[in-house]
Amino acid sequence: MKQIPLSAAIGLFITGLYFFVALFAPWLAPYGMAEVVGEVWEPMSSTHWFGTDNIGRDLLTRMIYGARTTIFVATVATAVSFITGSILGFTASVFGGLIDQALSRFVDLIMSIPSLIFALVVLSVVPVTLPVLILLMGLLDATRVYRLSRAVATDINVMDYVEAAKLRGEGKLWIIFRELLPNALSPLVAEMGLRFIFMVLMISTLSFLGLGVQPPNAEWGLIVKENKDGIIYGIGAALWPALAIASLAISINLVADWILNRTTSIKGGR
Amino acid sequence: MSAILKLVAQRIALGLLLLFFVSILIFLGTLALPGDVAQTILGQSATPESLANLRAAMGLDQPPLTRYFQWLNGLFHGDLGNALTNGRPIAEALGSRLSNTLFLAFWAAIIAVPLAVLLGLIAVRFRDRWPDKLISAFTLSSISIPEFLLAYVLIYIFGVKLGWFPTIATLNSSMSFGQKIYTIAIPIMVLVLVILAHMMRMTRAAILNVMQSAYIETAELKGIGRFKIIMRHAMPNALSPIINVIMLNLAYLIVGVVVVEVVFIYPGLGTYLVDHVAKRDLPVVQAVGIIFAAIYIGLNILADVLSIVTNPRLRHSK
Repeated sequence: MKQIPLSAAIGLFITGLYFFVALFAPWLAPYGMAEVVGEVWEPMSSTHWFGTDNIGRDLLTRMIYGARTTIFVATVATAVSFITGSILGFTASVFGGLIDQALSRFVDLIMSIPSLIFALVVLSVVPVTLPVLILLMGLLDATRVYRLSRAVATDINVMDYVEAAKLRGEGKLWIIFRELLPNALSPLVAEMGLRFIFMVLMISTLSFLGLGVQPPNAEWGLIVKENKDGIIYGIGAALWPALAIASLAISINLVADWILNRTTSIKGGR
Repeated sequence: MSAILKLVAQRIALGLLLLFFVSILIFLGTLALPGDVAQTILGQSATPESLANLRAAMGLDQPPLTRYFQWLNGLFHGDLGNALTNGRPIAEALGSRLSNTLFLAFWAAIIAVPLAVLLGLIAVRFRDRWPDKLISAFTLSSISIPEFLLAYVLIYIFGVKLGWFPTIATLNSSMSFGQKIYTIAIPIMVLVLVILAHMMRMTRAAILNVMQSAYIETAELKGIGRFKIIMRHAMPNALSPIINVIMLNLAYLIVGVVVVEVVFIYPGLGTYLVDHVAKRDLPVVQAVGIIFAAIYIGLNILADVLSIVTNPRLRHSK
């Protein structure tokens, strides 16, 4: 940790800013989340910095609360995906044999269906609630984490120090948590950034399709859905989330690149 | 030659097996529910009579295995069952929608593939100079935005501010070919941008990889021009990974199409799927799901087969 390159510093700053806004949304937002405070689609002004939305709510407030929902869902889903994916991946790699075969073929099967299509099929039969969405996105994405962590763990598993640990009679759990995990952490962390962005894109896409976060809650994709009709009249209210998602995605990419370059040469496969 | 045929046959058989399991998975999704599908569709307040009626209509009173094989049998005979919402045969509605979706995806691919390869070549030719950086920055920002937002940004610019193209892509059969293309101009642009970035980056990476070989250095020392080296010497060896990436991106296109269709209210498979997910019309969702999965798996197999054909080294491995 000598010095942070400028690009990574900018990335860290912007990412931090978004998380800060997400955490403290109720204190930062100038109005209530679902509070109607003006006319429909008012232009930008000193009272409404981003203007108002399709039913006269303050757009800046909606964006701030949207950041809260989007980032919360994406963070928890990423955590679900990493915990499930890496534990299963390490297990498959350490135990090998039948367990490995069964898990790997099952993951192949899930990955042979595009995840959006799979999510839509599942969402047609389950109630669309926040926990269901988080679990669904997390588990679907865990397949990719599984592949990466299994590949990384298989590489590490043949190292001398792991052999030594096995010879001194350590159990499988020790091997997984004390030998594999610390050494596999950096490619996994870099991958985590990319998976997080993927989650942001996924939840906003689902919300946009009407199958994600439900109104009156705010979510970036939902804001687009609510304000899309304004675009035809030249009202850019629906384009703010584009700016938010793009800047968040790019800044996280910058940070992930830096972590990957700094710590290791192993590139996380997509 | 027979070795290639054997490998190709293996891949296709593997793909069919995969598709079979995918069909089980899509079907299983309905069984994994707490309660049953009829309950979910009708909600908690449904009367027992209406529940029983719906169960009978969907064949839910029969054991799952029987239902699965009936469904599978129907799939093979082009009978996809009836939609719950309007009772009409699904296969009827699918025909025109499938061709509309393929029409959109086809034109997007026709434009995106050569453009991606060309941009990749340019990026390699001017590596680390401004054309390379410009292309990289442009493609990086276009993959950081989800498809639907990219669509609205383009609608805002080309449809509203400049007024060049229509903002809604409604097709009908009386339109001439030119009119159709004009109508779907913005959706095509969106899809091109969505897949262009990945394809271009991978093309660039694949060629750069080959460019480090010794024989490229030899060619350079012989005094051949940069572009000719790339085209004649690097390209043939980079072809296999490039084709692979192109195929995978075409598979990705299938997913991108779903969202883009919804944005432009385009009468394709994607809007059909999303509409019926919201209505919880299970037979439709299953049918469309299996079609998307089949196309996706098909393109993946095609990618495998093409890379075997273009790369002699893969023919003898294993």
